[in-house]
Amino acid sequence: MEKATKDHAALAEAFNRDEEHVNWHDGALWWIRQKRDIAAKNIPEWEQLRETASRIKSNVLANLHDYLLEFEANLTKNGVTVHWAADAEEHNRIVYSILKAKEITQMIKSKSMLTEECHLNEYLIERGIDVINSDLGEYIQQLDNEPPSHIVLPCIHKRKEEIGEIFHEHLGTEKGVSDPTTLTRFARWHLRDAFISRRAALTGVNFAVAETGEYVVCTNEGNADMGAHLSDIQIASMGIEKIIPKKEHLGVFLRLLARSATGQPITIYSSHFKKPRPGQEMHLVLVDLGRSRQLGRPDFRDSLKCIKCGACMNTCPVYRKSGGLSYHNTISGPIGAILAPNLDMKRHADLPFASTLCGSCSNVCPVKINIHDQLYQWRQVIVQEGYAANTKVLGMKAMAWTLSSPGSYSTIGRAGRWVLNNIPFAVNNKFNPWYKQREMPDGPKESFGEWYAKNQGDNGSEKV
Amino acid sequence: MSTRESILAAVLKNQPPASPLPDLSFLKGNRQNLVSTYQAVFTSIGGNVFVVDDLAAVNARLLENFDPTKRLVTTLPDLGEPFEVLSKMANPRTFNDVELAVIEAQLAVAENGAVWLPEHRMGQRIIPYICQHLAVVVRAETIVPTLHEAYAQIGPGDYGFGAFIGGPSKTADIEQALVMGAHGPITMTVFILQ
Ligand code: SF4
Repeated sequence: MEKATKDHAALAEAFNRDEEHVNWHDGALWWIRQKRDIAAKNIPEWEQLRETASRIKSNVLANLHDYLLEFEANLTKNGVTVHWAADAEEHNRIVYSILKAKEITQMIKSKSMLTEECHLNEYLIERGIDVINSDLGEYIQQLDNEPPSHIVLPCIHKRKEEIGEIFHEHLGTEKGVSDPTTLTRFARWHLRDAFISRRAALTGVNFAVAETGEYVVCTNEGNADMGAHLSDIQIASMGIEKIIPKKEHLGVFLRLLARSATGQPITIYSSHFKKPRPGQEMHLVLVDLGRSRQLGRPDFRDSLKCIKCGACMNTCPVYRKSGGLSYHNTISGPIGAILAPNLDMKRHADLPFASTLCGSCSNVCPVKINIHDQLYQWRQVIVQEGYAANTKVLGMKAMAWTLSSPGSYSTIGRAGRWVLNNIPFAVNNKFNPWYKQREMPDGPKESFGEWYAKNQGDNGSEKV
Repeated sequence: MSTRESILAAVLKNQPPASPLPDLSFLKGNRQNLVSTYQAVFTSIGGNVFVVDDLAAVNARLLENFDPTKRLVTTLPDLGEPFEVLSKMANPRTFNDVELAVIEAQLAVAENGAVWLPEHRMGQRIIPYICQHLAVVVRAETIVPTLHEAYAQIGPGDYGFGAFIGGPSKTADIEQALVMGAHGPITMTVFILQ
């Protein structure tokens, strides 16, 4: 489903054709960012909470081997069957074999970015198993045969009229109905039947507590619980980085998660699953899928601290203006751009360049990942490995040469200012991709270097 | 080597040097005005809150709003007629017609409005999700300032399932317009017993 043929810039350009739509998208996400700010300011110790969360996650990364063993032992003690999967194929095969053993042909799924990464739905459908995504946003995306564009708000890039049309086409609602309450009620009624009739349910995992073997799933809709508590077979899929050491750490992460994500004080449902119901089977699949490799990259391992709140997307000027699907990766936005090159550097070579490096992502991240530094560091790695697009390589080589020789720096700067002030169209042309959708500023009359020389005496004292 | 062994070996090889766990003792909430803080927060989430003296008052208030000919269930035998005391043995799918469920929380959190419900308080795990409307009784003295105090009280817990629930089911997936009752209850009412 992911389109690898076009890069971020090309996909963003397509998204930008509808200006009114882009402005709406930009504003909607900024509004969520503002709600996050208000929620954060209500907690006086917010910054200490972020620091604490980040340090708990540092401890997790340093002891992941032992915590995984502890978690596994407690799961087993609680009556949950544990599976290990190295990659997407193995994960999908495990889920399929659990269903096949019970002759189950229909499953209901709550939000799980990991199973999106694994393309589980496609795998199961090919083998005759019907899967419904029950989170409303993901359900809409599934009907429209598109992946989610945002990890918290899967269909934020769609207008209500488009959604009304999708419901009309696939579910037979009246044409032209686009009222959010009416559409939501219709989905509620439609999916109720699926919840009641399906024997297998799969959920994601937000936090997995090594100390107790329980795992926590956070939703606002209650869809994970509707699926899980009505199922005979409950499956949870999680990346190995989702472990936290102790139950008391949940207090730290649950205070941060929803406030960072949407500005809510807590998600409506924070469900702690520990043991199966009498007569029910519970399975948990621990998935590596590149995590252990990322753990071995000192510059990038902190990306594994991510709690998938989406705040870095909501705040990112590039994300807001280009839409999640332009990242052509399951996890989009700034965090997606530092996770994806680990999975496939060639295919995702464009993503670390889809950033202004303004640092807003790192400033809002509840676990203090240095996202913008990692974006910059990935650029170095990608150029060294020879995966950068040619225009970017030339630009970076010219930049490196300029910065390494002060003489050429001042000459080129002077020339550049002269060009900007005298023949702006030489910069503003279609051969300069940076100029697209940008107004170039008027060139300053003199550089800081020139100003400084004019205003300083030879001995460096200020002229008066 | 099995997948399990190879993942564990890769993790062991790649994990960074030791990093100690931070101290959490500074994380404490304010114990003042817990009832009024809880009320303000829960109302802002879209929930309803009433402070009452006893279960008879809960019963009376609920019957003003709910049709007694519909299925009204509870885990609290003292709530009285016409509430059906729900069976722990029934198939969870048989609760799909429940209009209102009334259960009692172990504690509530002032800072975020959530109530803590281990499964024995739910009657069955599905109850607080499958009902059209949810009512939860909270004893005033069980309200704690933040999640830190809540987890300190919950401890390891001997439940198979437990949940924080902080309001009616909601979604804003369609154009960020807030809609109550995505899949779970359309309304949630908390009765603070004092
Ligand atoms: S990187 Fe940080 S801000 Fe972005 S989704 Fe992950 S936790 Fe949230």
